[in-house]
Amino acid sequence: MTPKTIEDFAKQEYKYGFRTDIEAETLPKGLTEETVRQISALKNEPDFMLQFRLKAFRHWQTMKEPTWANVHYPPIDYQDIIYYSAPKQAAKKLQSIEEVDPELRKTFERLGISLMEQKRLAGVAVDAIFDSVSVATSFKQKLLEAGVIFCPISEAVQKYPDLVKKYMGSVVPYTDNFFATLNSAVFSDGSFVYIPKNTRCPMELSTYFRINTEGSGQFERTLIIAEEGAYVSYLEGCTAPKFDTNQLHAAVVELVALDNAQIKYSTVQNWYSGDPKTGKGGIFNFVTKRGKCLGKNSKISWTQVETGSAITWKYPSCMLIGDNSVGEFYSVALTTNYQQADTGTKMTHIGKNTKSTIISKGISAGHATNNYRGAVEIKKSAAGARNFTQCDSLLVGAGCSANTFPYIDAQNSTAQVEHEASTSKISDDQLFYLRQRGISTEDAMGAIINGFCRDVFRELPGEFAVEATQLLGLKLEGAVG
Amino acid sequence: MLTIRGLYAGINGREILKGFQLEVKAGEVHAIMGPNGSGKSTLAKVLAGDEHYEVKKGDVLFQGKNILGLEPEDRALMGLFLAFQYPVEIPGVNNASFLRMAYNAKRVHEGKPEVDPLEFDEILKERLKVVEMNPDFKNRAVNQGFSGGEKKRNEIVQMAVLEPKLAILDETDSGLDIDALRIVAEGVNRLRRPDNAIILITHYQRILNYITPDFVHVLFDGRIVRSGGKELALELEKKGYEAVAAYEDASRDK
Repeated sequence: MTPKTIEDFAKQEYKYGFRTDIEAETLPKGLTEETVRQISALKNEPDFMLQFRLKAFRHWQTMKEPTWANVHYPPIDYQDIIYYSAPKQAAKKLQSIEEVDPELRKTFERLGISLMEQKRLAGVAVDAIFDSVSVATSFKQKLLEAGVIFCPISEAVQKYPDLVKKYMGSVVPYTDNFFATLNSAVFSDGSFVYIPKNTRCPMELSTYFRINTEGSGQFERTLIIAEEGAYVSYLEGCTAPKFDTNQLHAAVVELVALDNAQIKYSTVQNWYSGDPKTGKGGIFNFVTKRGKCLGKNSKISWTQVETGSAITWKYPSCMLIGDNSVGEFYSVALTTNYQQADTGTKMTHIGKNTKSTIISKGISAGHATNNYRGAVEIKKSAAGARNFTQCDSLLVGAGCSANTFPYIDAQNSTAQVEHEASTSKISDDQLFYLRQRGISTEDAMGAIINGFCRDVFRELPGEFAVEATQLLGLKLEGAVG
Repeated sequence: MLTIRGLYAGINGREILKGFQLEVKAGEVHAIMGPNGSGKSTLAKVLAGDEHYEVKKGDVLFQGKNILGLEPEDRALMGLFLAFQYPVEIPGVNNASFLRMAYNAKRVHEGKPEVDPLEFDEILKERLKVVEMNPDFKNRAVNQGFSGGEKKRNEIVQMAVLEPKLAILDETDSGLDIDALRIVAEGVNRLRRPDNAIILITHYQRILNYITPDFVHVLFDGRIVRSGGKELALELEKKGYEAVAAYEDASRDK
């Protein structure tokens, strides 16, 4: 009888590890003020943007990489990174998606993302970002009819400079943290979304990020603005080829919700996580995501399913400024093999009767480490504020670990803060029980994991919930067996 | 249906079953009784394929096939069912979808199409009646927050859904009050058929007041020391295991 142990569980091939051969326009490795100017020039940016970048770059030079997260990696050589790489064709303006280089189109099709509008599932508009640039945005026209702007941020800088000037850096200032500051200096593209007053965005918006060039970093920047009474649901997905070297992904996402506005932001992150046996290679995913509930009764929800990357360092947060505003964070973070994750959220309660909910589910298998780090801050002004936090960890096998670092700072005595935490293990007994009922090991494992993640998955838009379920299943395939 | 010959098995290097033999035919109910540590649960786990247990020697033929090399799920799909002594909790997985998953695994194995949740709901409604289970149990997580009695009843629900050829009930009666015991036992009786068989592992005679066995076996120190009809259970209850086992040893020494 071959013994089946949980320890073997986390072995499965990364199916997005292929690389596209495409002619690219690439800046040489290294980062100087000149690099920053070149990026700005390549994008033909107005002066205000260049100045923003330069301020950030100069500030970044005075900063040190943070070390407080519970992750371990060799030092990053910031001069050994390509800061800009774009498929050649992107240099010229495309009239329609049909003009997109067929190689690129094929790449996205292999990833399950059709750029052709008629093939795309109805109801989802996609912005596809390949290395440093956006290659295509679908349904742009249809969205514009509703008054919704959905375009690459580089295009927004040209076309809507006032909005960009007003909001970029207003949530995550260029001085915020080492990686956000670096992003502010060198960001190359990303998505821009603007939902006008009292408008419900007619479809799901989605950005798909793909890193292709070896040695390149990806520094995208996303800005979403929901005016009074607006609603938008936005999804992002990410993959990268397999390389032996680590690649840096340092993104910034800023969300602004005005009075009665609602933004739902969902992520399914599946960057290459490194060689399963040695841990070599993989993406360093150092991301700053923050939303500002600026208006009263506004609401921002973050839902994330983090399954990839060698290292994830990410804390999607909410600043609850408007009275009665609501912040939510639903997270599933899966680490297998040699992956490390330090992820969580920060809810800052400033307005009266603000509410936040944090549901975090960490799953750790193989030799992986999974950390939840969360902060709940209730400021003096936040009378009647409420928070509920639940973080659960699930361990698969004996070689992994899970930690929880909750910080609570309540300065208003009328606030209510609740915190629940649990750690459990998928036991051989549970698996045996299900298998005794004729259920295969894989299905049994899937059922247990999905059961554990159910509270988060039901927050995902339908189609993505299915994808997330499958993704977790794939990731853990063969881990018992 | 089931033939066990010369079975030696144990856990963590300790030998527990020492030359266990048993023959079970279709339509029969066998009660296996014995004191703590005699090997009752080891037998159940070994038959179901729990990998924590090692089999040293012996054969277990189920429907003519030696199953000792098979995975637990393959044995289950052949129709072997174990009602657990301690059913585990599986948070977040609701009973209805768990039961459907198991039911569909069996359907697929039999080359039949899977049933969707609506079709399954109808099937489940019927089967729940077997143990008077409240239908709201469907939406609860598997065994989570269940009382001891509910957990045992849930085992019988699963048995009703899967309709096994051979059901091994591992101390399904222990920890049940009289009412729960009656419900569980009646449930089992309803599932009794000429083409299936039941092995009832128990400490106590009392469940045999409700389920009438065709054979009673006394398990002592890893093997069956005495077999008889249902009256043997009464004798055991009166004299105790030690005396019955000693009697057997004495008669064998002659």
